[in-house]
Amino acid sequence: MQHRTKAVILSILMMGLGQIYHRQYGKGLLLLAGYAAGIYGIAFYLKDYLYGLITLGVEPSRMVKAGKLTKLVEGDHSIFMMVEGLMALLALLLFAAVYLLNVRDAYLVGRSRDQGVPPHRFYESLRELNRKHFAYLVLALPAVSVLFLTILPIIFSILLAFTNYADPILPPAHLVDWVGFDNFAKMVNLNVWRTTFVGVLTWTLTWAVIATFTTYVGGVLVAVLIEQPGIRFKKLWRTMLIIPFAIPSMISLLVMRNMFNSQFGPVNVYLQAVGLKGLPWLTDPFWAKVTVILANMWLGIPVTMILAIGVLTTIPKDLYEAAEVDGAGAFQKFRMITMPMVLYATAPVLIMQFAGNMNNFNVIYLLTSGDPVNANYQYAGHTDLLVTWLYKLALNQSQYSFASVIGIIIFLLVAAFSIWSYRRTRSYKEEDMIA
Amino acid sequence: MNRRTAARTKLTLSYALLVMLSCISLFPAFWIVMSSFKTGNSLFSETLIPREFTLEHYRNLFQNTHYPVWFMNTLKIAALSTVLGTFLLLLASYAISRYRFAGRKTTLSTLLVLQMFPGFMAMIAIYVLLNAMNLLNSHWALVLVYSSGAIVTNVFVAKGFFDTIPRSLEDAARIDGASHMTLFFFIMIPLSRPMLTYASLMIFNGSFVDFIFAELVLRTEEQRTLAVGLYQMVSQRNSTEFTLFAAGAVLVALPVTLLFLFLQRFLVEGLTAGASKG
Repeated sequence: MQHRTKAVILSILMMGLGQIYHRQYGKGLLLLAGYAAGIYGIAFYLKDYLYGLITLGVEPSRMVKAGKLTKLVEGDHSIFMMVEGLMALLALLLFAAVYLLNVRDAYLVGRSRDQGVPPHRFYESLRELNRKHFAYLVLALPAVSVLFLTILPIIFSILLAFTNYADPILPPAHLVDWVGFDNFAKMVNLNVWRTTFVGVLTWTLTWAVIATFTTYVGGVLVAVLIEQPGIRFKKLWRTMLIIPFAIPSMISLLVMRNMFNSQFGPVNVYLQAVGLKGLPWLTDPFWAKVTVILANMWLGIPVTMILAIGVLTTIPKDLYEAAEVDGAGAFQKFRMITMPMVLYATAPVLIMQFAGNMNNFNVIYLLTSGDPVNANYQYAGHTDLLVTWLYKLALNQSQYSFASVIGIIIFLLVAAFSIWSYRRTRSYKEEDMIA
Repeated sequence: MNRRTAARTKLTLSYALLVMLSCISLFPAFWIVMSSFKTGNSLFSETLIPREFTLEHYRNLFQNTHYPVWFMNTLKIAALSTVLGTFLLLLASYAISRYRFAGRKTTLSTLLVLQMFPGFMAMIAIYVLLNAMNLLNSHWALVLVYSSGAIVTNVFVAKGFFDTIPRSLEDAARIDGASHMTLFFFIMIPLSRPMLTYASLMIFNGSFVDFIFAELVLRTEEQRTLAVGLYQMVSQRNSTEFTLFAAGAVLVALPVTLLFLFLQRFLVEGLTAGASKG
């Protein structure tokens, strides 16, 4: 029998045996140790964890009379069981992956032995790892952190959407159960949830469109204004107008919250000083929406301006000269040359900004906190976006399962939009417009 | 109207517009600075520039509130997250940009998909976990979450930057006998200074002013960060202690704003790089 066949069979039987057969003792023993740990885990723990993940606990906490005293006996903690089950599943997958790699390695080394190449010694293997698979070494650390701090929590919160983990069913006092698509069904069928969802979704989309459009066009216009031939002190204007981008947005939003205060805020004080009536900037449903859009323009225009100035300098001058010869006015030049060129160069940013605005937590939460409250809504106000609603549901109301449902819906919306628009952008279709 | 006057009117109008826009863009900052020097503590003031200037609110901030503690907490968290986050980001983006390894495409699309989840969906899950494990109120939770979040949000900009560094440089170094490590630390890192500046500034700023996760995790007055503390000041005590908030806001905003203006060039480069690479 050839070396490779023997090694593969041995490796399948027990991880590391193939390597030991190749006399790669260091590698083989390491793998064997991993194998022992893995089998131990599978034999003694896996079943319990998986059982926990599937049932989410069967034993509720209860009071037990012991003599005169009643004592609380702790039952199963559903959320712990879910997390542990998830971790166990992840560990199992990892183990399977290592097992497969072990078989592959045994095969590869076996094949080179069959061709008369002696197998690597241990230190040679290590050097080989550093030389050939450097990318994996480098990626290991970021991958682990993203896996545990981003991917695992996201999977966990997706799973939550399919449970009834919402006030008043909170562990450890109660057991959480899997409920399938019930929460999604409630979102559509129950009147309170549906009204809120449709209302908040409509405003989220309206907001995203208006916010993206106003900051984008505003930014390009400001850039054109500054870059006009004949304007002096360009650098000064640029710096002045970049200020809103430099100030931490969290601070400027809190400042604006005070500026727009309808009783004492300077905006209304000045309006009254010139004889106008002050407006209910933050307390009226309509004006609150206007306020968040204005504040967002203040924050967002500088970003587009910076980008647009960068693009404007690359537009060939002769395009404009040719347009002038043809008798184009300033508006036509802007409409037919500047805008398409800028749009072409910044299309991906525009898409990102739209998605970002849909999830623009800070502007809404710090400025209005989603208020004024809408009496017809379930825990939401007039200016609440899906994200801020999600936040309130999870944080203030402990409606974790519904919050997760919203999270999934937001993801689907953003993903669908990104894919759709990315395929339609000119930079995707006509990659070589500017050669 | 002849051509010359038309051009002049246009220019005058443009200047007028620019002056107006600059006023709007500077007003909030100017107003809050002025408010912080105002006597009394109310939001209302008759004049934009106060009649009397006072430093009382700044003194108050340091003597009667937890502001100094908050400031140190924030600085500690932001600095640690910046170092760790930038390091992880560099590793990830360098590997993705330079090596064609099996699973590279999957890694890229995973990162893209992760970006599409609402940023703090993971945070809320982490909150639930920390809450269940009684690990709330710890600064390390913040540092770890900010750093790993930094990878996901900035990896494409960083990768785009590495893509622009010519490969011939590395080939030359490799011929001279440089190992992967030497190459990375002594050639790639120095070359990527503009991107490093941009990314670390973004991470620093992000963790310096993050409100959402800090509010979730930090429970006691002594552990708070500036963002949470200031938000509480505005939302709870509201207009009664407005000038105190103003002083606090000015002190937070000042270093970050100056840093941004000082490093403007790198920011513009970073933003534009992000734009063309997508």
